[in-house]
Amino acid sequence: MSSTTDPRMAETAPKKRAFHPSMLLYDQRYRSITIQIFALFLLMLGAAWLIDNVINNLRLLGRSFSFNFLWQSAGYDINQRPIEYNSQMTHGRAALVGFLNTIILAIMGCALATVLGVLAGVLRLSKNWIVSRLVTVYVEIFRNIPTLIWILIFGAVMAESMPAPSAFRGDDPSASMIFDAIAITNRGVYVPAILFTTELGVLPLGPISPSLNWVLILAVLVAGVFANKYIIAHATRVQNATGLRPKTWWKSLLVLFGPVVVIFLALGAHLEYPELRGFNFAGGTHLRNSLLAMWLGLGIYTGAFIAEIVRGGILAISKGQTEAAFALGLQPGKTMRLVILPQALRVIIPPLISQYLNLTKNTSLGLAVGYMDLRSTLGGITINQTGRELEGMLLLMAVYLAISLTISGLMNVYNARVKLKER
Amino acid sequence: MKKTVFVGALTAATFGAGFAHAQTTLETILDRGELICGSNTGQAGFGAPDANGVWQGFDVGFCRALGAAVLNDPNAVTFVPLTSQTRFSALASGEVDVLARNTTWTFVRDVDLNLTFVGTNYYDGQGFMVTRDLGVSSALELDGATVCIETGTTTELNLADYFRVNNMSYEPVPVDTAAEAQQQYLAGACDVYTTDVSALASSRAAFASPDAHAILPEVISKEPLGPVVRHGDDQWGDIVQWTLFALIAAEELGVTSANLEELKAGSNNPEINRLLGVEGGFGEMLGLDNEWAARAIAAVGNYGELFASTIGDQTPIGLARGLNAQWTQGGLLYAPPFR
Repeated sequence: MSSTTDPRMAETAPKKRAFHPSMLLYDQRYRSITIQIFALFLLMLGAAWLIDNVINNLRLLGRSFSFNFLWQSAGYDINQRPIEYNSQMTHGRAALVGFLNTIILAIMGCALATVLGVLAGVLRLSKNWIVSRLVTVYVEIFRNIPTLIWILIFGAVMAESMPAPSAFRGDDPSASMIFDAIAITNRGVYVPAILFTTELGVLPLGPISPSLNWVLILAVLVAGVFANKYIIAHATRVQNATGLRPKTWWKSLLVLFGPVVVIFLALGAHLEYPELRGFNFAGGTHLRNSLLAMWLGLGIYTGAFIAEIVRGGILAISKGQTEAAFALGLQPGKTMRLVILPQALRVIIPPLISQYLNLTKNTSLGLAVGYMDLRSTLGGITINQTGRELEGMLLLMAVYLAISLTISGLMNVYNARVKLKER
Repeated sequence: MKKTVFVGALTAATFGAGFAHAQTTLETILDRGELICGSNTGQAGFGAPDANGVWQGFDVGFCRALGAAVLNDPNAVTFVPLTSQTRFSALASGEVDVLARNTTWTFVRDVDLNLTFVGTNYYDGQGFMVTRDLGVSSALELDGATVCIETGTTTELNLADYFRVNNMSYEPVPVDTAAEAQQQYLAGACDVYTTDVSALASSRAAFASPDAHAILPEVISKEPLGPVVRHGDDQWGDIVQWTLFALIAAEELGVTSANLEELKAGSNNPEINRLLGVEGGFGEMLGLDNEWAARAIAAVGNYGELFASTIGDQTPIGLARGLNAQWTQGGLLYAPPFR
């Protein structure tokens, strides 16, 4: 742009100035980019320095950086095994068992917290004085005491106050099973397990191979839910066209549960009851103290927070909505279910995501009661037996990050579906 | 955000590994004026604070002897309680100078974790404790039992191997510390408590009714317990190693805290003279002064005296010398010659 221009032209049209390095600093168009590039450079320099330092120090300590330990034999046993595992399998397999235990606990905890939280949040707004105060007490007690303390309390209560398996023994035992099916002991709760006479084999999915029976049942359940959705949508169409809503409850029941019951019968499902054998109960499903303590501790604690979120969400909906619903003749229950909650969800979902993430990350407190989650297996015993702290911790961080991002991604999809549609 | 977390972790790792190599361990200790000793979180007889908050015990005694040898003050020792999970990182990062915390000498720890086990101060083995009313007399009758086990220990691996080899099943209840294991065991949440026999005896002594509990006869592993230092500082390793040998040799040579002053004046046994610094100048070779071993023995007595006063027959722990007798008495204790 350094070619000479007509001086008269310069007066009428704004002159296009040549790029000059000083503009990087003084021209607003370039300054922000300059600063960002500079900051990025500093950040990368810092990261490079740290990484170099780590590598140097590891070399000084005579340590290498390698994930080979994941393929070595673990040598330790894990009590709660969602998939096949024994002490001869690898550290990687043990980490996978821990990962699944983390997921199991997170799902159970989130479910309990949601149910408790929604109930408590709605009940806290109840006009019944006793009910609302009781719920207030629950919320204030649980959210003001650290979750670790609750976990330890639940663990200690079960270990110290429940009868030992030996109390169920003898002609006149001091403890007995509930309905001859459920045994509550100081080692956990034994409940009947569902077994099948016909096994369809397993779904080959690499390291995790779920039983085909359960995959089939799950698939039928999901299909039932979609079919039910179609039935309800059809009923709504009929109602919109004719003003009369056809009865759907028996169709829904049939579609939701009929096929599942048929499959259960076809596969020869039966219950296996726990029975006292040797030192412990055998058979049935063993819900260990560690799992129950973590589940109750995390679920009830997080439930108290969700209750407050739900209450806040409901209060955020203007009172006019309730009054309008009442004016239309809706009963209080239907008003809550059909008018208030759907709108409140828009306020509730975003903070609810944080609570789910909190609960999931808090599962890493498992070691306190000996729950063998990812932190206890990969981040605890494996690191301890192999001495690979840096590798183990990096892997642990990556996995928790992946879990959290997945949860938050799924919840954001749900949030996008319930949020106010602006057209 | 993701990057912040990552960088933060790297920073932690960097600083954790960083400071250990600024100067030699001995220089660091002399500058600091105190020895930092990694100890048990509390195991009666081996390492636990007494009613006055002063650390007492067999492993603690070794650290006091080391403090006396290096700093001329058995009380210039700070004890850092470490769980079985945290002990090696604490040592590797330089948080403690020496680990004297009933730690088993194994190949992987010695070679792969870059630790140096300087010797064995207690020859132990893993055993099982059960309540007497369980009616079990052998570990082979434990099929299906619930077992309390400290995580991150060699006992965890031995347990898995023992039950697998004997075709038995068990239900592990992992716990973090010995105290928690005892609580779970006493509450009946597990049938069996397994760890080193010495620790079982120590735990049992602290129970309300020790006689209601039996230690089964099977010892399923070799557990040589000893002090541990980091790889790479051989001078410090030598000091820790020869302090241990000095205590053992003192018992063998008949040097006790009672006759120490008399023998320091000189004796007609040249090995005693070399041990106590009367001749030979061994202390200076270690980078200390020649009275180092005499001070260590004066602080806690010789190996036999230390054993008797902390975990021996006459104490509530009540352990016999067994494998831990001198080689001349049919045991395994054997210090190399002071020559």
